[in-house]
Amino acid sequence: MMRLPWFGFHAPRTVAEAAKILAGEGPQAMLIAGGTDLVPNMKRRHQSPQTLVSLRRVDELKKITNGSGLKLGAGLSLTEVIHSDKVRAGYTGLYQAAAQVATVHLRNMGTLGGNLCLDTRCTYLNQNYEWRKAIDFCMKKDGDICWVATASKRCLAVSSTDTAPALISLGAKVKLVSSQGEREVLLADLYANDGIDYIVRRPDEILTEVSLPDTAGWKSTYWKLRRRGAFDFPVLGVAAAIKFAPDGTVEAARIALGAVSSRPLATKAGDSLIGKKLTDEAIAEAGGKAQNVAKPMDNTDLDIYWRKDVVSSFVGYALRELRGDDMRDTRMRISRQAL
Amino acid sequence: MNAPEKVKPRTRFDTVGKPRRRVDGRAKVTGLTRFADDLVLPRMVHCKLLRSPHPHAVIEAIDFSRAKDFPGVHLVLTGKDFPVSFGILPVTQDEYPLANERVRYVGDPVAAVVAKDEQTADAALGLIEVKYRILNTVSSAEEALANPEPRIHDYGEQGNIHRLQAFEFGDVDEALAKSDHVFEDLFFFEGNTHLPLEQHASVAAPDGEGKLTLWSSTQVPHYIHRALSRALRMPAQHIRVIACPNGGGFGGKCDLHNHEIVVSRASLILGRPVKICLTREEVFYMHRGRHPVLMKMRTGVTNEGKLTGMHLQTLLDGGGYGSYGVASTFYTGALQTVTYELPRYKFDACRTFTNKPACGPKRGHGTPQPRFGQEVQLDKIAEKLGLDPAEMRLNMVAKPDSLTANWLKIGSIGLEECIRQVVDHSDWKKKRAQLPPGRGLGLACGSYLCGAGLPIYWNKMPQSGVQILADRSGQVTVFCGATEIGQGSDDMLAAFVAEVLGIDAFDVRLVTGDTGLTPVDLGSYSSRVTVMMGHAAIQAAERMREMIVDAASMELEVSPERLVMAQGRVFLSEDPSKGMTFAEAVVYAETKYGTLGTVGSYAPPRAPGRFKGAGVGPSPAYSYTAVVVEAEVDQNTGWIHVPRIWVAHDIGRAVNPVLARGQVEGSIYMGLGEALMEEQVFRRLPPKMSHALVHKFPSLLEYKSLTSLDMPEVFTYLVEDPDPNCPFGAKEVGQGPLLPVMPAVANAVYDAVGVRIDEVPITPDKVLRALERKAKGETPRVGPDHFPKVPYPTPIYVTTPWEGGDGNETKPADRKQAVAS
Repeated sequence: MMRLPWFGFHAPRTVAEAAKILAGEGPQAMLIAGGTDLVPNMKRRHQSPQTLVSLRRVDELKKITNGSGLKLGAGLSLTEVIHSDKVRAGYTGLYQAAAQVATVHLRNMGTLGGNLCLDTRCTYLNQNYEWRKAIDFCMKKDGDICWVATASKRCLAVSSTDTAPALISLGAKVKLVSSQGEREVLLADLYANDGIDYIVRRPDEILTEVSLPDTAGWKSTYWKLRRRGAFDFPVLGVAAAIKFAPDGTVEAARIALGAVSSRPLATKAGDSLIGKKLTDEAIAEAGGKAQNVAKPMDNTDLDIYWRKDVVSSFVGYALRELRGDDMRDTRMRISRQAL
Repeated sequence: MNAPEKVKPRTRFDTVGKPRRRVDGRAKVTGLTRFADDLVLPRMVHCKLLRSPHPHAVIEAIDFSRAKDFPGVHLVLTGKDFPVSFGILPVTQDEYPLANERVRYVGDPVAAVVAKDEQTADAALGLIEVKYRILNTVSSAEEALANPEPRIHDYGEQGNIHRLQAFEFGDVDEALAKSDHVFEDLFFFEGNTHLPLEQHASVAAPDGEGKLTLWSSTQVPHYIHRALSRALRMPAQHIRVIACPNGGGFGGKCDLHNHEIVVSRASLILGRPVKICLTREEVFYMHRGRHPVLMKMRTGVTNEGKLTGMHLQTLLDGGGYGSYGVASTFYTGALQTVTYELPRYKFDACRTFTNKPACGPKRGHGTPQPRFGQEVQLDKIAEKLGLDPAEMRLNMVAKPDSLTANWLKIGSIGLEECIRQVVDHSDWKKKRAQLPPGRGLGLACGSYLCGAGLPIYWNKMPQSGVQILADRSGQVTVFCGATEIGQGSDDMLAAFVAEVLGIDAFDVRLVTGDTGLTPVDLGSYSSRVTVMMGHAAIQAAERMREMIVDAASMELEVSPERLVMAQGRVFLSEDPSKGMTFAEAVVYAETKYGTLGTVGSYAPPRAPGRFKGAGVGPSPAYSYTAVVVEAEVDQNTGWIHVPRIWVAHDIGRAVNPVLARGQVEGSIYMGLGEALMEEQVFRRLPPKMSHALVHKFPSLLEYKSLTSLDMPEVFTYLVEDPDPNCPFGAKEVGQGPLLPVMPAVANAVYDAVGVRIDEVPITPDKVLRALERKAKGETPRVGPDHFPKVPYPTPIYVTTPWEGGDGNETKPADRKQAVAS
């Protein structure tokens, strides 16, 4: 891999200071938190910001606070998220998603906000400069074609965040702060289905906080498909959250998929479960609906047709786990770790 | 000189066989080991290579004027500076340090910049303008056969066929015709790469008198020394090659590489040290890894499950250059006879050129591919005949001290014991074919060389030499050209000398892998080091021991035979209190003999085969392995989980059992990666829009190999049946245990869900496809469906040892006569 290009560096102490620097520097500046996504991308010249504004010393981004639900600072490392008892107790899906991001070392560095803003990925893109030159580049960087599907008018790079589908299924909102003010958006609305413009965050905005609603009556889970038990980005993420009536009837259900689109995909597959109990038939029906909307592309690991074929099975794992089935053996075979 | 001296066999050992911390272990884990990348010399400058973005093109012009004038740049080199071709094998001198006219794969080096630092060199590379004329590309062996033009090289057999070989040992068609059953199968083994953690690095430095020293990540300093002398047109005596400790090799550091020649030349021109460190991407481009091989295997068996004959055809995708490919091609057939009794054998092989990084030797060199085919086919045979695959194999294990159909001499064989060990410990008899659906066991075996019988250039000299110096301080220094690549070469050397001299292995000082200081050893490849270096070390140490014991015996006034050297002392065997320290004994010896130095050397025994091509396959001994894999396969997704593996390896004797187990487990790790996920594959873009043919993912993230979380529980059993042709009976352990892993996984998947995946890697999508075929009533198999027409030549016919052969080729006329009479 190439070395990093030169860049200027700011390390503000407050969100306000960071927002001010960002506004002053303009679009040539980028935020850096853990750097686990940005630094390799810079080495490969996907991004060449003139200035980096580090959020690492901004303490107000590292708080966990109670509200009607839970507020998580975007600067919390994924390891801190995993070790939060409140997250583990009330938001299992988020815990399981965060615990399966990359490796221990990368989770120690990488942040929750960083994983939500993770750049989209593609095996035609995530290569060094020389490799990309050998294919004459692509539309996401330095070129004008999408090699995944040459007729495509848009970039098909894949959303590869694990925590976003989990948080979408949990109904999370995020706060965006700029020198002009702040706004809160539903996490599901933060993303667009375009590999280049995949996030609606403006360049001068800082994602500062994730708000989770109260989860009384809800259960959640996250299942990740990848080749190995560590390192790999998802080739499928299934996040499911269900609100059960005391008798087990589904009152509300949200199923979100990761890595099958340029954005985390909030599906309507959960709607078919409402008013029913989680019978095998109901689970199969929801699995089928989710599988229909998944559109894997040939730009990640593993065979695309197979990746679509197994969506229903993975949705099934998630729903059966929420139903109360003992899925530990299956989890161990898939994830290679107990979660 | 060539045969090991006869010394009375040892019955008790102080060092050998004891689990020990390796002599270089602490330096490695504390970061004190100096790899090539760690070297820093005064006035050192840095080199980067410009590589071709095109898979196949003619270089029409290179303009490097801007790069040359870039501040901080000292030198720019291009193909014009390197008129002499090179190649590791004398018969394939087909590479240029920097492409002289043609580039043959994406990543082929075209120009070099030497600058004050890496970043400057890198920036200057971007200023070099190269004008290419694009040529059509060949992306697979089958395409190479179908497209003789344009030729990737203007030498070879024809078109884009690099090499054709054909041998027949006994009349195989006749044997198959008389067989109760003939099985015909097609298999494919995808290419994969070594993935050493250490990326290649080299530093070259001139000495001011026109002489050159090259420090490099290499497994074979002696071969590099010879090849570098030729490439630089410099006398060998003016070149010194030092192999730094390697952070893994696995065969990927056995070639003379472009960058080694470039920094050597640059340092001579500039008169200062020049360093290069390859990036991970560049290591993928350097490659020289496992050849993708398509195989057709026709095998005859009796109703009892005895083999009658085999006809194996292989088709190799060699990539853009020769490398060790000629040897690799031989090895796709040469060892197929060593594991089981095989009365007759025919073998056709073809290596093609393609526009991809060159393939070469990777752990198992050419043999894992046909081993995969044979072991899976045996599983199919056992099922058809209603036999237990373990019992069937036990009934056909090759015999000790025998010759094979292709005239290889086998010594000891511990395979039967290996099979029994893994069968017992895995509860095979109760579990195979009896586990619930989705779970299964698979068995496979294998065998491997303990050192290639012949060097890569023809000579009758020793293949390993060891020199020992001892002095009055009690210090023992051992010199040997053998190379530490992580496998424990240095530890073996220390152990052998320590055992003979009765001292602690940590008290032996080692100087290894340095062509300027150490006697020639051919290097760390073909699992040769323990056996060949071991023989040489023991010989040198015995000669040293003789002098020390002789001097001590005079001092003690006893006969030398009554003295023992052990635990750092020389003492009377019947009265250990009577004696002296090792250092005292050395003082007496140095007093008597003057400065103490001895040498030892080893050359393998001459092999019985006399036909052309008989040089590939012979070895002083063969190791054997049996593996049982347990697999859990999900019927809905095809997901494969391997919870447990049992492996038994016939090692002869484990010199250091800790290291031996490490090698076995490392082989399981690498083998399971090859079985399930590793593949060096390439991507062609839509041909109407692009000429690109690129490595799909030259990165450690996307080239998938196992993580520690993916490792199964491994149960390792070392079977120790000392081989009389090996030092203290010790055979190899570095490569053999890898071979059975891939077929054992395939066989376990079959036992679990009843589908055959006749290709590697075995991925969940292939399993699911096969399961879908099974559900539809089609053949439950995924694998190659045809074997292209290959112009194999008429085979060299050699009569087998048991049909009156003498090891020479039997000419067609003589054959007719023999049949007539």
